[in-house]
Amino acid sequence: MSVEEKMDSGRRQLLLATSVAGGAAAAATAVPFVASLTPSERAKAAGAPVEADVSKLAPGEMMTVEWQGKPVWILRRTEEMLATLKPLDDQLADPASEKSIQPEYAKNEARSIKPEFLVTIGICTHLGCSPSQKFKIGAESGLGDAWPGGFLCPCHGSTFDLAARVYAGKPAPTNLEIPPHKYLADTKILIGDDGTA
Amino acid sequence: MTTKSQALLNWVDERFPLTSTWKAHLSEYYAPKNFNFWYFFGSLALMVLVIQIVTGIFLVMHYKPDASLNASGVPVAFAAVEYIMRDVPGGWLIRYMHSTGASAFFVVVYMHMFRGMLYGSYRKPRELIWLFGVGIFLALMAEAFMGYLLPWGQMSFWGAQVIVNLFSAIPLIGPDLALVIRGDFVVSDATLNRFFSFHVIAVPLVLIGLVLAHIVALHEVGSNNPDGVEIKKKKDANGIPLDGIPFHPYYTVKDIVGVVGFLFVFSAVLFFAPEGGGYFLEYNNFLPADPLVTPPHIAPVWYFTPFYSLLRAVTYPLFGLDAKFWGVIAMGAGVVIFAFLPWLDRSPVKSIRYKGPIFKTALVLFVIVFFILGYLGVQPPDNGGIKDRTTQICSVLYFAFFLLMPFYSKMDKCKAEPERVTS
Repeated sequence: MSVEEKMDSGRRQLLLATSVAGGAAAAATAVPFVASLTPSERAKAAGAPVEADVSKLAPGEMMTVEWQGKPVWILRRTEEMLATLKPLDDQLADPASEKSIQPEYAKNEARSIKPEFLVTIGICTHLGCSPSQKFKIGAESGLGDAWPGGFLCPCHGSTFDLAARVYAGKPAPTNLEIPPHKYLADTKILIGDDGTA
Repeated sequence: MTTKSQALLNWVDERFPLTSTWKAHLSEYYAPKNFNFWYFFGSLALMVLVIQIVTGIFLVMHYKPDASLNASGVPVAFAAVEYIMRDVPGGWLIRYMHSTGASAFFVVVYMHMFRGMLYGSYRKPRELIWLFGVGIFLALMAEAFMGYLLPWGQMSFWGAQVIVNLFSAIPLIGPDLALVIRGDFVVSDATLNRFFSFHVIAVPLVLIGLVLAHIVALHEVGSNNPDGVEIKKKKDANGIPLDGIPFHPYYTVKDIVGVVGFLFVFSAVLFFAPEGGGYFLEYNNFLPADPLVTPPHIAPVWYFTPFYSLLRAVTYPLFGLDAKFWGVIAMGAGVVIFAFLPWLDRSPVKSIRYKGPIFKTALVLFVIVFFILGYLGVQPPDNGGIKDRTTQICSVLYFAFFLLMPFYSKMDKCKAEPERVTS
């Protein structure tokens, strides 16, 4: 007599059902472990908006404030700096910021509420390094004679213009992110809250 | 052996396979008699693993995985490493052993892998040994990467930032995956603590398990050798391979020579150049982590640079997906592609000694390309200039070595393998 003929199908089914139930229990046990890896309540609460006073910022200068653990840059652009933006359109990956992340009110040529002040998260959209300032123009910048000023990511060489728009053919896929922000006064910016949420 | 100790051994053997395990893996494990220089690196890798585990145990006694700032405004983790270096008796030596050991581990493992490629050690019937080996390599990379975050210096922080963000390039699940790895929206204390946990517990356990599997699989099929011929084909009347010698004492003694030679070099680095000229310990990592400023030039530690170059080589989007995603794929594929070697190599012979000119040229080219990619990986990118172009050309050659292997290894003019190993 073969083993199959002797098999008790009732017991086999019970065995199967037990295995399935046990497997489901084991899978369910994984839930708290995976959940524990996600950001804690404390981490989620840490994203409070920050205020920045730009009254002392000279034209052509940039300041950095920390918001949600990330650097937020505020660049006070001169007229010459703003004039460099338009002619660059055909060298950029996303000149009109169609694919990039920014609030609706910053989806314009200068990517800002007031063209004078660029407020952007200083984290490269490639792999998260913080690009460095390359405001010097031309050969002096080390980025070629035609360089009109902007930012260079030290990690993988992505370059950005003075509206934080990425050049085409660089590893970064989109322009730098513009955080939600609003003006509390002429020279006071609140970052992380634009009153829409 | 005295009767008393023999009796004790018998007592143990009736309860635990001590003598039989000793015989199976050492005194009666027959290894080919023609091992050469390249066969030192397996046992050396095992020894470096022991160095890392022992020094690691002692480092954990003084280290604190804490990113918060202490009273002097320095991150606690960073200060803990300074404390180990300056105030713990012998701490500097233990830490330098651990940091030098990390680089030594990769040197030894790269040599060990190259040995496998030279002599076709990945070929049938050793595919599983090779796969376990690739698993060890992956685990080792994870271990090194997570360990590098712990000193919480500038390179620790920004290196982790970049590598974790690699995962966010995966379509759909990427951003959430990066969040789960970090445990926060940025690399933070949560990240430091989980990397510490993985570095000291999870990954070492996996690593030891894989090393065991690697050795068990090796001892099941037997070692390859520089001639790439199976010694098990020719056995004497007792079933012992004619060209085999017992691992112990022959190769234990030989490997001790390797260990002594290795420790000479290791100690020289340890005592005279523990920073390895900025390649073993990067100078930017002597600055505490600053989430607001990326150092002007960031580069991974030397052992990751060839793969880092593959990542940087891709600058064009494809099939509607970002260049970033393809860069990540290139880097991942650059590591994982080693796993396919057993099936890519269609040569009738295993060893380089009997392979033809095409394979030899391809292997030499591959090694050169690997070194060039490694060199370019520590260089700053030059905006589509000569370095970036060289990176791209070398990346193509890197993959061509593997992907074209089924063709060139088959059409190559190989020499006939000998019947038995040559001495």
